[in-house]
Amino acid sequence: MTVAETTSPPGPRLAAPALPDGLVVVVKRECETCVMVEPVLSDLAQRAGLTVYVQDDPGFPASVTDRIHDDDLSLSWHHGIETVPTLLRVVDGEEAGREVGWSRERWEALTGMDGLGPGLPAMRPGCGSESVDPDRTDELRVRFTGSRLRARHIELATLEDPFEAMFDRGWSDGLPLVPPTPARVLAMLDGTSRDPGEVVAVVPPDLADCTVEKVAINTVMAGCRPEYLPVVLAALEATCNDDFNMHGLLATTMPVGPVLIVNGPVRHRIGMNSGRNVLGQGNRAGLTIGRAVQLVVRNVGGGRPGEVDRAAHGNPGKLSFCFPEDEEGSPFTPLCTEFGFEAGTDTVTAFGGEGPRCVVDQLSRDPESLCRTFAACLQTAHHPKLVMAFDVVLVMGPEHGRIFAEAGWTRTQTRDRIVELSVRPGAELVRGAGGITEGMPEQFADHDLPKVRPHGLRIVHAGGGAGLFSMMITGWVNGEKGTDPACRAITS
Amino acid sequence: MTTVLDPTNERAPAEWQRRPRPASIEGKVIGLLDISKPRGDVFLDRLAQRLTEHGATVERFAKPTFTKPAPIDLRHEISTKCDLVIEALAD
Repeated sequence: MTVAETTSPPGPRLAAPALPDGLVVVVKRECETCVMVEPVLSDLAQRAGLTVYVQDDPGFPASVTDRIHDDDLSLSWHHGIETVPTLLRVVDGEEAGREVGWSRERWEALTGMDGLGPGLPAMRPGCGSESVDPDRTDELRVRFTGSRLRARHIELATLEDPFEAMFDRGWSDGLPLVPPTPARVLAMLDGTSRDPGEVVAVVPPDLADCTVEKVAINTVMAGCRPEYLPVVLAALEATCNDDFNMHGLLATTMPVGPVLIVNGPVRHRIGMNSGRNVLGQGNRAGLTIGRAVQLVVRNVGGGRPGEVDRAAHGNPGKLSFCFPEDEEGSPFTPLCTEFGFEAGTDTVTAFGGEGPRCVVDQLSRDPESLCRTFAACLQTAHHPKLVMAFDVVLVMGPEHGRIFAEAGWTRTQTRDRIVELSVRPGAELVRGAGGITEGMPEQFADHDLPKVRPHGLRIVHAGGGAGLFSMMITGWVNGEKGTDPACRAITS
Repeated sequence: MTTVLDPTNERAPAEWQRRPRPASIEGKVIGLLDISKPRGDVFLDRLAQRLTEHGATVERFAKPTFTKPAPIDLRHEISTKCDLVIEALAD
C-alpha cells in the first residue's frame, strides 16, 4: 500500500470534532473535481462505507446518504483540510491515511478497492478548502483558537477611533499603531511554534514576565508580519538579560538604545535589506522588528520616556534600529561567529548603541591606510579623551570591504589592527591634557591606551555598492557597569 | 465596535496609596538609598546629618551599581528595617 501523505493542521486541535472510523471524504459542491468524483463516492459508499463531509451544499452528493454538512467548517479546520476532495482513512478515531485531489492509483491504494472511477481521468487536482479561504481564515482562527488568548480584551466604543484610542492609552511610541485585534494576534502567533503562554523575557523596568502572546500583541501593533515574530522573540531574549542590561540602557541619560543585527538565512526569508540605505527608511522587516522590541519595553516593561527612560537627548534609533549583515558580499565571517555561532545560523545580536554616523575615506586603496582612517575616526566616539569604556560597531560598506577582501584580511586581523592603531599615550588623555578638563583619570598618564577594549570593536558588513563610506555606531558604557553585546539564536 | 488585546503587563491599576505623612520624624528609622553615582555619598552624608539632628535614626543602603535595579534582597532588607525611605533620582 502507498504510504499516505499527511499534513499538519493549521492550528492546535482544540476540541477537534472526532472522525468516524472507516473512509471519510471532505468535499464541496463548488469544486469540479468533487463533482467529477461523485460516482466514485457513491461506489465507495456502497462497497466499503463512506462518510461525506460537505462544506457548502448540504444536498451534495445526492447519491450518498451518509452526508454531514460541515457548515461551520469545524471538522475541516481542526483536521487541517486544505484541499477538496480530501480522502481520509480512519482507524480507532485516528487518521491512518490521507489523499488530496483525485488520483485513481492513490485512492485505490488508500481504500484497498480496485476499479475506482473507470470512466474518469487517472488524476485531477482538487480545489482549495473553504477552511483555508483567505477571506475566512481570520474569522475561523478566532472562532476555533481564540480561547488560547489570555490577554485582557479591551472593547473600544463604536464612536472611538481605534488609532486615537491607542494613543490615548499611552501604548504608542509616537507613531500610529496597528490595532491588535484577536484575529491579527492569532495570525501573528502562527509565526512561531512556541506556546503563547511561554515566558520569553522578564522585561525592565517593571521586571514583568512577558509571554509570547504579549510579544505578539506588540508585534502586531508595530506592523510586523507573522514571519518576523521569531526574530522579535530572539531580540527580546538578547536584550532582556543581565549582560545586555536593557534596564540600564533604558534608564541612562545617554542617547542609546538596542541596536539589533540579524545574521543567517532568515534575512532573506523575511525580506530584510542589507544593501542600499541599510540603516535608513524603506524596509518593513527591519523597521517593524526594531519597533516591536521597543514597544514591548514600553508596554510590557513600562519603560517610557520621561519616566524611567531618562535620556537627555535620545536618538531616532530608539524608535527602531534593526538591520541585517550582508554576509554574501562580506570579506569576513558573519558577526555571529564572534559569539560562538556557526556561519549560516539565524541569530540576533543586540548592541547598546547610539545613532550611526559616517566615516568617509574615498582615497585609501590598501588595508593599512583604511585601518588608520577607522582608528582616527574611532577617537571621536563620545570624547577623544575617553577610552576603553565604550564599544563600537563599525558597519563597513562594500567599497571599503572590497579593499580587505582583495588583500585577504580576516575579521580578527582587521579588528586587531584598527584597535592597535587607535592606541594613544595616556599623557594626552588625562584630565586637563590639551587644555580640556574632561579625560581619563590621572592614574593612566603613564599608560598607552587603545580607544576600545579588546573585542570592543565589532565589524558588520552592510550597505550599498557605491560610496567609499562606512558607518560607526558608538556604544554605551561597556562591561559589568553597563552593557555587553549579546547574541541569541532565532528559533521558529 | 473594535476589540483589541491589552499590550501592557496588566498590572494596572498601579496606583499605590501613600501612607499618611508622619507628624514628626523623631524616633523613626529612615533609610537612605545610595544609587552609587559619584559624589552621591557627599549629598547623603549631609542629609543623614540633618535627619539625625531631628531625632531620626538613619540606615544607609547602597545599590551595587547605578545602572541596574536594586537587588530584591536589598529591597526586602530596606522594607523590614525602615519606617520611611527617601529615594530620589538625579544626575
